[in-house]
Amino acid sequence: MRFMLLFSRQGKLRLQKWYVPLGDQEKRRLGRELVQTILGRKAKMCSFLEWRDLKVVYKRYASLYFCCAIEEQDNELITLEVIHRYVELLDKYFGSVCELDIIFNFEKAYFILDEFLLGGEAQETSKKSVLKAIEQADQLQEVRAVSIEDLSLTAVVLS
Amino acid sequence: MSPSVRLQEMIRVIRSARTQGEERGVIQRECAAIRAQFRQADNGGRSHNLAKLLYVHMLGYPAHFGQMECVRLIASPRYNEKRVGYLGAMMLLDENQDASLLITNSIKNDLAHSSQYVQSLALCTLACMGSAEMCRDLAPEIDRLLRASSSYIKKKATLCAVHIVRKVPELGELFTPAARALLAEKNHGVLHGAVILITELCERNAQTLVQFREAVPELVHIMRGLVTSGYSPEHTVAGISDPFLQVRILRLLRILGRNNDTASDAMNDLLAQVATNTDSSKTAGSAVLYETVLTVMDIKSESGLRVLAVNILGRFLLNNDRNIRYISMTSLQKIVSTDHNAVQRHRGTIVDCLKDQDASVKRRALELSLALVSAINIRSMMKELLLFLSTCPPELKSHAASGIFNAAERYSPSQRWHIDTILHVLITAGADVRDETVPNLIQLITNASQLHCYTVHKLYRALVADISQQPLVQVACWCIGEYGDSLLQGDCEETEPIQVTEDDILDALETVLQSHMSSPATRGFALTATMKLSTRITENVDRIRSIVSIYGSCMDVELQQRAVEYNALFKKYDHMRAAVLEKMPVMDRSSMGQTNGESGGGGVQELEPTKPKQPEMMVAPQPASQVCDLLDLLSDPEEPSLPGGPLGPGGAPLGPAGLMSGSAGGDLLYLLGGLELTPTPTPATAPAAVTVYDKSGVVLKLSCERPLDASQTITLTATNTSDHDVSSLTLQAAVPKNVQLQMKAPSGDSLPARSSAVVTQTVLLNNPNKVSLKMRVRLSYTTS
Repeated sequence: MRFMLLFSRQGKLRLQKWYVPLGDQEKRRLGRELVQTILGRKAKMCSFLEWRDLKVVYKRYASLYFCCAIEEQDNELITLEVIHRYVELLDKYFGSVCELDIIFNFEKAYFILDEFLLGGEAQETSKKSVLKAIEQADQLQEVRAVSIEDLSLTAVVLS
Repeated sequence: MSPSVRLQEMIRVIRSARTQGEERGVIQRECAAIRAQFRQADNGGRSHNLAKLLYVHMLGYPAHFGQMECVRLIASPRYNEKRVGYLGAMMLLDENQDASLLITNSIKNDLAHSSQYVQSLALCTLACMGSAEMCRDLAPEIDRLLRASSSYIKKKATLCAVHIVRKVPELGELFTPAARALLAEKNHGVLHGAVILITELCERNAQTLVQFREAVPELVHIMRGLVTSGYSPEHTVAGISDPFLQVRILRLLRILGRNNDTASDAMNDLLAQVATNTDSSKTAGSAVLYETVLTVMDIKSESGLRVLAVNILGRFLLNNDRNIRYISMTSLQKIVSTDHNAVQRHRGTIVDCLKDQDASVKRRALELSLALVSAINIRSMMKELLLFLSTCPPELKSHAASGIFNAAERYSPSQRWHIDTILHVLITAGADVRDETVPNLIQLITNASQLHCYTVHKLYRALVADISQQPLVQVACWCIGEYGDSLLQGDCEETEPIQVTEDDILDALETVLQSHMSSPATRGFALTATMKLSTRITENVDRIRSIVSIYGSCMDVELQQRAVEYNALFKKYDHMRAAVLEKMPVMDRSSMGQTNGESGGGGVQELEPTKPKQPEMMVAPQPASQVCDLLDLLSDPEEPSLPGGPLGPGGAPLGPAGLMSGSAGGDLLYLLGGLELTPTPTPATAPAAVTVYDKSGVVLKLSCERPLDASQTITLTATNTSDHDVSSLTLQAAVPKNVQLQMKAPSGDSLPARSSAVVTQTVLLNNPNKVSLKMRVRLSYTTS
């Protein structure tokens, strides 16, 4: 996968994950143009399109468009499944996810994505495993807001 | 107030801004605050400040001042700060930024961290934005992790290795041993990553590919396990067990089986099993089947398996889901050249997809349909394609039009059909056809001589109906100019009769001339057509004269020049008008290519009768071989001057079929083994009939008229008093350099035995330099 974009019906970007090295300007330009192209498509149209030299797969879930640009040899149908899996993960995590969840907790959306995809490929095909890993990482963040060294120091002091 | 709420508070404030300006203001304030915070010492809120900055960055505002903060946060011992720091690095730093190198050391340390979640952050970041240098530095670490760590880390390390191989292919060798071992893993995540890694390694290195071919049985075993396993809550998606892994394994098998019989054999059964047992009612199953089909078509599979694969694609074509139809056509496109017959079976469905609503599906269907056109199905396919052309989206129109033309050219069953098809395309999509369509069509029409009447009727009707499609109007004007007399005759066997008067035709041409929709090139066509009609019609020549003289003062230079020349043709060169405006001979492609090339753009303008045309007679078959030399010299045309070149006293530029320029004539004098003639009398003497050939009863006489200016008109008369019929009578003539010669059509080419029938041929000579006039004549005929 080259990149993934999430955007609203009005064209506002909610998440962008780039797996190819591009300059900031170029990313913005590319994103803007692709978003416009997809928003211009009608409801019942095909989920796949050839845009510039990219294969693009997109799907709309409620008010959000999930759009991936994949490599030439990649399987479009399985990419649809990847998108669907990501939506399921978000849904499980936030509990009936809606766009606002992703807006106000964008960093969490990224963390979930990073636990599912790595370097543009799916790293874990089991939904349960991904969710468990995120849960544990979150615990690490909340409970262990101090470093491991501090904890052990505290333990020494206490004892 | 907990820091996280501050972030959400900021988001809320930004969102509630009512105008773009207000939003900008809020963001500027926030960014200033963030910058101030960054400069301060550690205050526990660093991660949240960076998170705020990342949000602002996502909205499209510049955030480069956060890069160093990312570096600092990554180095922090706190997990929450590391997490946001790495996220920031992935968003703000890419390999082109200098700051990205600064995090290499942190990543290295974190790869060895005791907490696997910290390791995971480092791996994720490296795989996302690691530059080639960073990859080289950290590759050994990754290799270590590939061999000895938990499955959680192994799966991430594998994908990190994939990224490294993509960035620095030479490092592939480093990972090959570890990759091989990973196939024995049970964890699906690790297996999935391992298959991807092996795929990358095999794609980049042929030796590695050979090495991994030995792994085919192992892969087949894993795949079989997946296909036959029952429901597993962890991995089943819509009844398919781990479709992600299945798809990746199939893709690897494709690479391993390509061009290799042993490997292909080993996977044959498995592929058949997958193809038959996979339930494709949902996307997951279809994805697996799709990958299977691609693999089957790419390896050396048995024919039975190939048929199965094509049938799957055929089934996909009938699927309700538009995505599946699109996929199937994409695949069929790949195999249409190799498995043409198999794809032909599904032609009907493909043609139906031309009517689909979706533009992507339409495009695929169009390309496939064009690839499937053959001599057998050309008629029905063309019907569908023409129907498609009338309703297709504009971006596909020109592609469709050119595809149709190619197909028509290769497979047209008859000339009439071909002309009809082209006309149809011009009427439906005239604006989108390429420029060379017009000369091509004209050439086609002249070649179909028996269809001239039919063609001109159809074109006239089309012209009267609609004058907006320029290519159509151009061709119509040309034809009316050429074959206007057929149009006037009224009845034509192939189409319903229509009563057209000379006024009607001239009205139509004048409408084209005056319409603002007509392009300058079209107007040129119309004017020339009008002029040509002056020799084809009888009553309204004055009208034509007046039209032509009006355009003598036209603003468009090209039209003006033409009109002036045509006027001259009426006044001064009226005697040449009939010859100049005669019907064009059959053209062939190469001569058209020459003429087109000569003048650059607007190739069609070359076909104007500014070149007087030699009638077909000059290319009549000749028995003697010497004559071929003569013809070669004769047919080497003097390149025509620029469009609208003067017709004036210099004599006309010459056409392809046999007018000689002085230079060609000079050589001929030596080539002809023909008859010597005494020089014709000088212009001053009264002309007399001179017998120039008298043998076995066939007599050829030459007579001159009183010359006008520097030109001379000579009449050659042939008679036959022998006992044999004479046929294929041809006369050729050569004159000295600097004299221009023009031969008119002979009155006939046969002389019955012992008759008083006579064949005459007029020859016009132009002698501007007043050299002494000499002429050689060659007479060829066949006697019974």
